[in-house]
Amino acid sequence: MNQHIMPKLNRRTFVIGTAAAGAGLALGLDIPFGGPTVVRAADGSPEVNAWVVIRPDDTVVIRIARSEMGQGTLTGLAQLVAEELECDWSKVTTEFPTPGQSVARKRAWGDFSTGGSRGIRTSQEYVRKGGATARVMLIQAAANDWKVPASECTAANSVITHTPSGKTTTYGKVVEAAAKLEPPADVKLKDPKDWKIAGKGLKRLDTPDKTTGKTIYGIDIKLPGMLNAAIKDCPVFGGKLKSYDEAKVAGMKGVKKVVRVNDHAVAVVADTWWHAKTALEALPIVWDEGDNAKVSSETIAKWLAEGLDNAQPAFIGNQNGDAKAAIASAARKVEAVYNYPYQNHATMEPLNATALYTADKCEVWCGTQNGEAAFAATLEVSGLPADKCEVHKQMLGGGFGRRGQTDYVRQAVSIAKQMPGTPIKLLWSREEDMQHGMYHPITQCKLTGAFDADNNLTALHLRLSGQSILFSLRPEALVNGMDPAAFQGLGASGEAAIGYSVPNLLVEHAMRNPHVPPGFWRGVNVNHNAIYLECFMDELAHSVGQDALEFRRKLMSTHPKHLAVLNAVAEKIGWDKPAPQGVYRGIAQHMGYGSYVAGAAEISVTDGTKIKVHRIIAATDPGYAVNPAQIERQIAGSFVYGLSGLFYGGCTVKDGRIEQSNFDNYNSMRINEMPKVESIVMPSGGFWGGVGEPTICVAGPAVLNAYFAATGKRIRSVPLRNQNITFA
Amino acid sequence: MANLTINGKTISVDVEDDTPLLWAIRENVGLTGTKYGCGIAQCGACTVHIDGVAMRSCGVLVSEAAGKQITTIEGLAANGVLHKVQQAWIANDVPQCGYCQSGMIMAVAALLKEKPKPTDADIDEAISNICRCGTFQQVRESIHAAANA
Repeated sequence: MNQHIMPKLNRRTFVIGTAAAGAGLALGLDIPFGGPTVVRAADGSPEVNAWVVIRPDDTVVIRIARSEMGQGTLTGLAQLVAEELECDWSKVTTEFPTPGQSVARKRAWGDFSTGGSRGIRTSQEYVRKGGATARVMLIQAAANDWKVPASECTAANSVITHTPSGKTTTYGKVVEAAAKLEPPADVKLKDPKDWKIAGKGLKRLDTPDKTTGKTIYGIDIKLPGMLNAAIKDCPVFGGKLKSYDEAKVAGMKGVKKVVRVNDHAVAVVADTWWHAKTALEALPIVWDEGDNAKVSSETIAKWLAEGLDNAQPAFIGNQNGDAKAAIASAARKVEAVYNYPYQNHATMEPLNATALYTADKCEVWCGTQNGEAAFAATLEVSGLPADKCEVHKQMLGGGFGRRGQTDYVRQAVSIAKQMPGTPIKLLWSREEDMQHGMYHPITQCKLTGAFDADNNLTALHLRLSGQSILFSLRPEALVNGMDPAAFQGLGASGEAAIGYSVPNLLVEHAMRNPHVPPGFWRGVNVNHNAIYLECFMDELAHSVGQDALEFRRKLMSTHPKHLAVLNAVAEKIGWDKPAPQGVYRGIAQHMGYGSYVAGAAEISVTDGTKIKVHRIIAATDPGYAVNPAQIERQIAGSFVYGLSGLFYGGCTVKDGRIEQSNFDNYNSMRINEMPKVESIVMPSGGFWGGVGEPTICVAGPAVLNAYFAATGKRIRSVPLRNQNITFA
Repeated sequence: MANLTINGKTISVDVEDDTPLLWAIRENVGLTGTKYGCGIAQCGACTVHIDGVAMRSCGVLVSEAAGKQITTIEGLAANGVLHKVQQAWIANDVPQCGYCQSGMIMAVAALLKEKPKPTDADIDEAISNICRCGTFQQVRESIHAAANA
């Protein structure tokens, strides 16, 4: 794309709080919908507006600001633009605008952040307007050429037709004229029920290159004269780099330099990464591990357990009635304590970034879930201004929340800055990746339910104790010290609301932040909150001898959307009919990221320790479904990620560091363990929910509840491998 | 120095004998379709064919691969026609992030050579590649589709 783009007139200005807050950028959002100043792409083709470039051969280039990490957002966003543009889908191609260009154009492409299952739902309106505005301008250009009213013209499949005369032209023929027109003041977006391109399970646009090895991920970047770096950060989080003995490796093959990176990491730069890694392993390093070296999983567990005590301070996330009083006066109460561990993202592509620093420019090539945050990090570490920095986003070999952080970008720029003029590709080994994650936070939860003499649930008290992600990564988002996200799926209202009405409810969080850095791990806080709530609902139902589904239904009469997805999975799995011989069922529902989700599992258990998951039914109501085929893939895929964490995951701490180092001790599900997933995509309209994450949380409790049905034993601690329970 | 025959071409590569084949392919030969995922032959992202057999190239030394026929994902298509596994992958939209898929496709292509009509049990036994996106459902369907193509 053109590096010298004129800022253009903005017809509409949306100012929003930036998602890059805390990353060094404080910018508004100006979304231009075209104007008299023609902006050109690198090949000279005109932009109709920031989202749409059309080439003379009718190729439509749709700009995608959000990152593609497998979740399909690139294709979904293109479908939304193409839908309003009325273009020929077979002629659509995409490109990623750069954060530097966006900043230079007053954030022409809005938010680049790709997390929280927001890729489509928070940009759908303005990208659709981008497509619709471009369509109106293209039609107007044709009408002007024909000297007829635009109202007599229609567009379909990139062809504009003057209905009375039957004259036709194509987008590629009128784009030059269209790009010079004033954009319309307002455009009407289609009713989703009239969608022809969006709403359909179209094939992904990025598939062919992913089957031939052609797709370039960050790890594949090649630049002339490039050197490779391997890095080791202090194994104890918060520790420092004391010293290293460069002389011991200076003569090793290919080694060019050993550099200090900030005050707690050291990198070896060599001709190849293999040489760099080999030398790094031979490099004598002295660390100042600090007091955190005394921390272990046991000390963390003890500290969190203390937080379950009601006498300790806690934030209240949801409350109605007086749960404590109702529990105190209950005819009967049920109590249980659960826990969920640290988890590593373990993206298949280990973290990496390539940086080139010169006196007047700093460029970075990397996979990132937040282009603007990576850009801000580049500015900060290079010390150069925005107009001298750029980030070139690559395809991501997995993200799952990890690549929303910029630690690896900062390291690459820091190394490159110490070797001006030489492009440096920094790649983490899998071991470095495992031990320097931003881990799914660790929590425990004590749950108490109270019944009256007629076995009606009168009170429910959830007391979470454990780590806050926002405290560490986005302290500005705390509300009087409270982390609202800790209550995901347990809130009174909003995009992650609890689906039950209980006369007396109390949800609390005793925040305890160990030194292990937490991060957003696909699904984030719904992973544990859904296990806590949904397994406990099962316990409550069982304690009064009621069916797990019927027990829930009685509490869900004022939560029709939660109930609808639950009913859908119950019906499809045949809840009211007996399961096959030796097969047991579990059910769960939850809400997160604006979507309603439910799951039902069928499992069998051998010797109490070997679980075969035969089948999982999943339902989601995301409001609108832009690409149902991709949603089904996200559902099935989320279960692989979630169940891998449930069965095999769990990062443990010893001497202040993470013990797991690679896939041999932090395993991931394989194809032989994959259950058959049957998805029900049931968009009810009227709201926009997320897709990539919400369903991840229902597989775990559905399987755990089925395990109880099979064995009579409750599992309240994750991962299952600690209890010698594994896949059959 | 080693002579490696990759995708039908013999290339003289200036590396130590104990360099893992993966890194010789990626860094010295410059074919980046073969991916690094773990370095300990656990994940399968680096799977290539050596004399027709699927091998995890991070665990094979250059000295062991010299003189053998090595095929990478870039060499799987023949005469400009994609392998039937690649075709099935495209038809069924298998990849998500796609990073593991080069290795997955190479493992599946080798399986189909050995067992042209694999059963689900054959697939369970032969395919142990890690995919963190969780494409297994589409992988299984597409193995059967390719077998029946």
